[in-house]
Amino acid sequence: MYESVLVANRGEIASRIIHTVRALGLKAIAVYSEADAELPFVAEADEAILIGPAPPALSYLDIARIMEAARRTNAGAVHPGYGFLAEDAGFARRVVDAGLGWIGPPPLAIARLGDKINARNLMKEAGVPVAPGVWEPVPDADTAAEEAERIGYPVMVKAAAAGGGIGMGAAYDEAALREAYETARAAAERTIAGRSGDGAEPGGGADIMLERFVEGARHVEVQILGLADGTVVALGERDCSVQRRHQKVVEETPSTGVTPALRERMLAAAVRAGETVGYRGAGTVEFLVDPAAREFFFLEMDTRLQAEHPITELVTGIDLVEQQLRIAAGEPPSFTEALPHGHAIELRVYAEDPRGFQPAPGTIEVWEEPVGEGIRIDAGYAEGNTVTPHYDPLLAKLCVHGETRAGALARARAAVDAFRIEGVRTNLPFLAELLHEPGFADGAYDTGIVGRMRAPS
Amino acid sequence: MAEVRAEMVANVWQVVVAEGDTVEEGDTLVILESMKMEIPVLAEEPGTVSKLAVKEGVVVQGGDLIAVVD
Repeated sequence: MYESVLVANRGEIASRIIHTVRALGLKAIAVYSEADAELPFVAEADEAILIGPAPPALSYLDIARIMEAARRTNAGAVHPGYGFLAEDAGFARRVVDAGLGWIGPPPLAIARLGDKINARNLMKEAGVPVAPGVWEPVPDADTAAEEAERIGYPVMVKAAAAGGGIGMGAAYDEAALREAYETARAAAERTIAGRSGDGAEPGGGADIMLERFVEGARHVEVQILGLADGTVVALGERDCSVQRRHQKVVEETPSTGVTPALRERMLAAAVRAGETVGYRGAGTVEFLVDPAAREFFFLEMDTRLQAEHPITELVTGIDLVEQQLRIAAGEPPSFTEALPHGHAIELRVYAEDPRGFQPAPGTIEVWEEPVGEGIRIDAGYAEGNTVTPHYDPLLAKLCVHGETRAGALARARAAVDAFRIEGVRTNLPFLAELLHEPGFADGAYDTGIVGRMRAPS
Repeated sequence: MAEVRAEMVANVWQVVVAEGDTVEEGDTLVILESMKMEIPVLAEEPGTVSKLAVKEGVVVQGGDLIAVVD
């Protein structure tokens, strides 16, 4: 095992990783920007290095500065968390070339899966179900219109290399399609321009892709681990259908939209997806599920730890960060079999207004977390901290575990009510509303649930 | 005259218009960025951009002047 691990991230995920690194008796090294000096993760690390000013391109995306911090602290390995440089194959290569452990999949796997079009082709060859769509980049709006006719409306337009729902849009006719194409293209180009010069995208650049948009679908992903001995195992699924702006807000496991037979097929497909690319480490295979047809389609593969990994940890009792470290160090996992138990829900607490979900930076005057059995909180902030506009609005992940879904739901409602945050607006009132929404409570929801809750009446 | 002000703390991501440009109601003046979300700031009435108070890359506070449309 490594003696020390540098965590190239911030906020709640940096705290989360530092916790396991230290629990294993290893030294945890944080890097932080000027805007984050007061945040808990900086104090929780054994050593913390200031790497630059607030804009991500000058700090958390600046590969040269992070490599310099690793050299100065004599770090044994680098954990990228999620977001920032986690899926940057160029960064992974730099870490490996410097002789450090890279807590993630091989750089080649990141590059091959980072481009959504390339990933579709790989999965099709591997026999994983893939939605009707294009197999190469769509160069212009005219070609997009031709392809959309062939695929059949409605179609989803996406940037091949962008994550986090950037530039994504569904189109129901040609006029909307042409508009969505231009929106996605502009967003993709801005995203690339906003990145550090050193961290070349894994591929795809501003490429645009189309695939069939499945209405009433659920977004269900499978957690996989590519072990050091080359085998790939699946650790169950997570339902991530509650989204706003194509970004996840609430996740749960097991999914209420997946039958045991469907689950078995999805887990087997996810393992096949990992085996096809020689996957090592923690990864997530995202699927769209059509519950009516009991069909599923490959969406994309995330070559990193997911924000929502805690719910898998709650039902399996497995520490996924520990497994990542063991795999990278060439060691066997700490478990022999993953046996999920009970039901877990994660609620993302964002600094945003609870109606229109507009960002709401500010200073946290009161922060009181709920406590009790079956409650886990992964927080990035504490009382007195300032939430700046430079990074995403995630303040904390409130996770609950119960013997049954009804038990977990009751626990979640009580915990949301007991969570007190003052000084910044948060989406806690929205989370409370969702937990009481019949469409969520009965489990029969899809990715349109937030839109329906916020539709003008 | 209409003063256009920022509604929240944000980074100025793109300045779309220049001083002297003619704009229609609903035209985008600048695009702010906060917490990874793009927030277009729109002209509330037609007119001429007589003053641009921000540059790309600066941080604005809620209530700060962004532009004046005459």
